[in-house]
Amino acid sequence: MKSNLRWSILAAPLALAACTNTSEAPQSASAVPVEKLRTFDKNPYPSTYKAYPGVATAIRNVTIFDGEGGRIENGVVFFANGKVSGIGGADVAIPEGTKIIDGTGKFVTPGIIDIHSHLGDYPTPSVEAHSDGNEATSPTTPEVWAEHSVWPQDPGFSRALANGGVTALQVLPGSANLMGGRSVVLKNVYARTVQGMKFPDAPYGMKMACGENPKRVYGSKGRMPSTRMGNIAVNRQTWIKAQEYKKRRDSGKEYTRDIGMETLAGVLDGDISIQNHCYRADEMAIVLDMAKEFGYKVSTFHHAVESYKIADLLRDNGVCSAVWADWWGFKMEAYDAIPENAAILHNTGACVIIHSDDENQIQRLNQEAAKAQADGRRMGFNISDAEVIKWLTYNPAKALGISDKTGSLKAGKMADVVLWNGNPLSVYSRPDKVWVDGALMFDASNTKLRPVSDFELGQPGEGDVK
Amino acid sequence: MRHFLYAAASLAAFATPVAAETIAITGGRVVVGDGSAPIEGGTVVIRDGKIVAAGATVAIPSGARQIDAAGKWVTPGVFAGFSRLGLAEVDAVNGTNDKSGGRSGFSAAIDVAPAIDPFRSPFAVNRSSGVTRAVVAPESADSIFAGQGAIADLGADSNPVTKARAFQFAEFGEEGAASAGGSRAGTHLHFRAMLREAQDYAAGRDTFDDDLLKAEDAKALLSVLRGDTRLLIHVEGANDMLRLMELKREFPAIKMVFVGVSEGWRVARELAKAGIPVIASALNDLPATFEMLGATQSNIGRMKDAGVTVAIGMINDRDSHQLRYTTQYAGNIVSLQYVPGATGLTWDEAFAAISSVPAEIMGVGDRLGSLKAGKAADVVLWDGDPLELSSAATMVIIDGVEQPLGNRQNRLRDRYARPTEGDLPKAYDR
Repeated sequence: MKSNLRWSILAAPLALAACTNTSEAPQSASAVPVEKLRTFDKNPYPSTYKAYPGVATAIRNVTIFDGEGGRIENGVVFFANGKVSGIGGADVAIPEGTKIIDGTGKFVTPGIIDIHSHLGDYPTPSVEAHSDGNEATSPTTPEVWAEHSVWPQDPGFSRALANGGVTALQVLPGSANLMGGRSVVLKNVYARTVQGMKFPDAPYGMKMACGENPKRVYGSKGRMPSTRMGNIAVNRQTWIKAQEYKKRRDSGKEYTRDIGMETLAGVLDGDISIQNHCYRADEMAIVLDMAKEFGYKVSTFHHAVESYKIADLLRDNGVCSAVWADWWGFKMEAYDAIPENAAILHNTGACVIIHSDDENQIQRLNQEAAKAQADGRRMGFNISDAEVIKWLTYNPAKALGISDKTGSLKAGKMADVVLWNGNPLSVYSRPDKVWVDGALMFDASNTKLRPVSDFELGQPGEGDVK
Repeated sequence: MRHFLYAAASLAAFATPVAAETIAITGGRVVVGDGSAPIEGGTVVIRDGKIVAAGATVAIPSGARQIDAAGKWVTPGVFAGFSRLGLAEVDAVNGTNDKSGGRSGFSAAIDVAPAIDPFRSPFAVNRSSGVTRAVVAPESADSIFAGQGAIADLGADSNPVTKARAFQFAEFGEEGAASAGGSRAGTHLHFRAMLREAQDYAAGRDTFDDDLLKAEDAKALLSVLRGDTRLLIHVEGANDMLRLMELKREFPAIKMVFVGVSEGWRVARELAKAGIPVIASALNDLPATFEMLGATQSNIGRMKDAGVTVAIGMINDRDSHQLRYTTQYAGNIVSLQYVPGATGLTWDEAFAAISSVPAEIMGVGDRLGSLKAGKAADVVLWDGDPLELSSAATMVIIDGVEQPLGNRQNRLRDRYARPTEGDLPKAYDR
């Protein structure tokens, strides 16, 4: 795990007691007796995900979008042992013993990645008893972890796989709170436990939220924040506490663990990425200054409907914008949303991600991207299909810190692969087959490869084409 | 240039509608909208706001304004089968949201027509995406009867209502039960009791027992009871539909139309037999509620195959702002034809499900919804397949009048196409 690795490096000179690389020993060598050393597991709910078995497979005569902006006509992609082992033109040699799939008329992309989902923590059926995404009892709850809410039987995972080609997703806490808690990155593979879905070694993220939601939720309870200035004030006070916590932790003196502060200190350490719900451009600019004030980095602004107004600022700060194609008007801070948002960002050189925040649109992220592309073209910004696919694959992988593992079809990466029955940017195309780590997890032609969650077993429509 | 055009257009939007011209649209791929195959190189002739003819061999009247549609698609405007268009500018800003009048103390009497505001931005945004007519329904609050909906046109003029009080809207299923005391038993009891009160009202004010209805509500329901006004009922679950069909046998004059209908495929034969048309959500495929356990995108195709009359509508799905999703949803239903085991619609059927079929279901098929002679001239030119994501409307004609295609979103786009400030702040850039 990237963060553990970093932790083990930081902790190494200090540690006296035996500690694994999933532990920290944050105390000085001299001041604290050995028996008082505080060690704790940095990864107490570890991933137990294991790739399912696959067969060495090659898809040939296929159009390939590699996820990093490359396009290969009449290409070959092959994978074995769960990893992409080769990609190229028709002349690429396919090893013997490889299962060959003819991709004539079809397209291959990396698995789609949704950086903003509530599958599992706001699952369907959307009953009150399933409402587990917002710990709306305090404006700052960095101590909660989304994975402790995720219901691995959410039927939505199967739809995202079968109709959307989604192979990985970030499940976030909701946006009621300024600091909503840790996110979790999942492989889109059903398991009995959430641990069984956790993307191995994916860094954690922390959800933050600007704007209307926190001030409404807490203002209506007669408490702070009730304004945007209140939002920022509460955030700053909390970051100051986090800095003090980190300082104490790093001083080697005894301290009492605080799991919320551990998350915030993890952000300040650079181990946990900030995933910041923020609609308005002016608020994003404030957040960027706040991040500088306290020494952390924002990975991605989510629901960033006004990013187009400050595309240059976002580019210069290296921050991604996770956006819908065209949602607008449902709330005041979404009033200035425009369908050209993604295209203006892209044209300015800023990072674009298309996200869903929705159990339905996660099934059509490819279509949302296609609409955003078309709206760009009509204003004179011609963005290639291959670049647009990057909005759904490599860019979200990078923003999540997993682009060394997935998000593009490069040799050695996880074989998270979608074979589409046509150009994925057409409304008429759907996934034909989806592999996760080289294992065939969905096949439109094989009803046995259509996952059915426990909830849907024995119900009307069980195993139906959805 | 674009700026200038928009400025002119926005002035036009507030002026008296331009007189309808005689127009001949030539050379395009013409989609009549009745489920027939497109006509290559067809001609559409419009006069006095009406379609004169559409087809392969149509004479062009002398003096007609000719519009070259070579390389373009020419279709009837999209008829949004269910919406809350014009009832909200910003959903979460109460002052701009007129969807529900439930706290007024009235129910069936509520009439959305005066609340439909054509100057709200969803009109312009959806117009520029080729939507020309919409079914506009109120939301329910404290009664299973939400009130009377309208059929609206999206023309840039001050008269948005094509047909006021075109239907009554009711909630059954979970939402209906919630407003009828918490049980589906209450829904059925309310339904019968309210209709009985309406009958009492008709029989004379002396016997009118106004436990559930005010006199105005009773008047509105009487029209439903007599079959003069359609009753659109939001219902998702198979059992709720079966029980409604029993009510239909009890009140045979009522013209029921089911809306939503996620589990319609489970009772498709019964729906066809009962002659109840449906305005279905196209892409529901999740058990969002326990009344939608059987939801699948193949629902529409399966109902159609069973002989049900099916249009596409979007209830409770961004239905005040995103009517422009209608074409995308129809395209998705077409895509199901290429998915093994799935049931979709052909392209021609899918386009009919967003043009002529909803018009017919709403009882205005004689004058709206297709390019057949005599229909209102709602015509859209597209730069490609209108159901494809890359396509856009390039010209929109409503009642024979060419419409402005600008909207507030375009203005923001133009201002920020290059986000950095120039010699003056962005506030001066327009």
